[in-house]
Amino acid sequence: MAADPLDDYIDAVGKALALPIEDAWRPAVKANLEVSLRLARLVDEFPLPDETEPASVFAA
Amino acid sequence: MSLQPDIAKSANSDDLSASEIARAVAGGKVSAAGVTEAALARIAKQDSVLNSFTDVTADRARARAKAIDAAVAAGQNPGPLAGVPFAVKNLFDVQGLSTRAGSKINRDLKPSSRDATLVERMEAAGAVLVGALNMGEYAYDFTGENVHDGPSRNPHDVTRMTGGSSGGSGAAVGGRLVPLALGSDTNGSIRVPASFCGIFGLKPTYGRLSRARSFPFVASFDHLGPFARNVADLAMAYDAMQGPDADDAACSTRAVEPVSARLAQDISGLRVAIAGGYFQKNVFPEAVEAVARVAKALGTTRTVEVPEAALARAAAYVISTTEGASLHLDRLRRRPNDFDPAVRDRLLAGAMVPAPLVDRAQKFRRWYRAQMLEIFRSVDVIIAPATPCVAPKLGQATFMLDGVELPVRANIGIHTQPISFIGLPVVAVPIPLQPMPIGVQIIAAPWREDIALRVAHALERMGVATAPRPKDF
Repeated sequence: MAADPLDDYIDAVGKALALPIEDAWRPAVKANLEVSLRLARLVDEFPLPDETEPASVFAA
Repeated sequence: MSLQPDIAKSANSDDLSASEIARAVAGGKVSAAGVTEAALARIAKQDSVLNSFTDVTADRARARAKAIDAAVAAGQNPGPLAGVPFAVKNLFDVQGLSTRAGSKINRDLKPSSRDATLVERMEAAGAVLVGALNMGEYAYDFTGENVHDGPSRNPHDVTRMTGGSSGGSGAAVGGRLVPLALGSDTNGSIRVPASFCGIFGLKPTYGRLSRARSFPFVASFDHLGPFARNVADLAMAYDAMQGPDADDAACSTRAVEPVSARLAQDISGLRVAIAGGYFQKNVFPEAVEAVARVAKALGTTRTVEVPEAALARAAAYVISTTEGASLHLDRLRRRPNDFDPAVRDRLLAGAMVPAPLVDRAQKFRRWYRAQMLEIFRSVDVIIAPATPCVAPKLGQATFMLDGVELPVRANIGIHTQPISFIGLPVVAVPIPLQPMPIGVQIIAAPWREDIALRVAHALERMGVATAPRPKDF
């Protein structure tokens, strides 16, 4: 079976952010990340005008 | 002076509401000291079962009560909450305590040098802090379970969850240990325990109540608010806590808008609608029944569709997990083994969500807010379930709905998240179904807590919403 690219992604981001991820935690971390990415994808697919401001607007 | 006369005078304070206590203390009919001793006695007797308190501040409470009694004796106004015992979720700073926020790690923090703003305001109004309350770790929780302190237990059935993350607040008020408690609500953490424990909870408009000196979770969603056993008490606490605070960057500069005196105003002119679509899916019959009772009492059959509510919940989830991860990044590096493993693994995953997706979620949030504000041009109140089910069993991982097995934790907050996502004010009202109560959200436009509280008050007067007394507490 081919390696899941999400495993490589978890390794890379974990290293970039210096986050310790023990082997025993990996399945749960991956499962949670899959949920977050699935939900984020739903939002990503929703079309918004380029001019849309984020909810937080900086006030000088 | 003996304590005995005070205790004797307080013999019935177990059954008094906050407003009744305040009137009796101000009128010299009971002493604040006696009321405080009675509350401490209830906690000592009952909390070994409910596990709602993590700290009892008895010495402080006695000193505060003594000062209130002295003020009454001197003819001074002791405040609208004179002698009323209250407790706070343990993410509020309490002078002299480390703000543990449900965690093991934070117990190593220095004791707080000053109370949270809302604790200061409650005490300035005469209330008496009696302790800090159990909660889900770092507020990333809907169950009220805690691996470090044990679960808070539901007073209506101690084998069931309180809901979370303000689980101790739900248990302490639901179990009648204190008439008022404070909690926080990021995605539903006031409304969920209010629903499961059968009490009233107010999540005010985002920015209405100061969060200064409370431990955060998701800065752009975090709200603080009160729990009570009736609407008058809820409004009294809310009124006492309002007002600008430069110590919270998100706290509004709006003037105080007291509600207590307006609770009984006629609501017949208000336009009430039932949330449709998303809010009528994935619900157990108890939640359907509770919403139907409220709709009938308010005389409405009108339904409004909340556009893209599922996406609102999804975006709230994404923002929560990433802002939470940002908050805890260094703790995840240094002390990963000291977290609740379930919380740690969610936060580690949150740290890995790409930034553009979070920005998209925040942009969607503005779009969704505009849609909701448009709905509030023709509607004053939206009613929706607070939780899809009554309190699950402690430790329960899944439930069956329409023949499908669903995870409990992920689904408890599905109806609260799309509302707090844009900071709308909500009163969770308890509907006394048997054997377990369940809550309904009374949702109003931003800054219209008065409307939500007036409707809750009307439902209470009609006998539709009431905090049922648990048979064992």
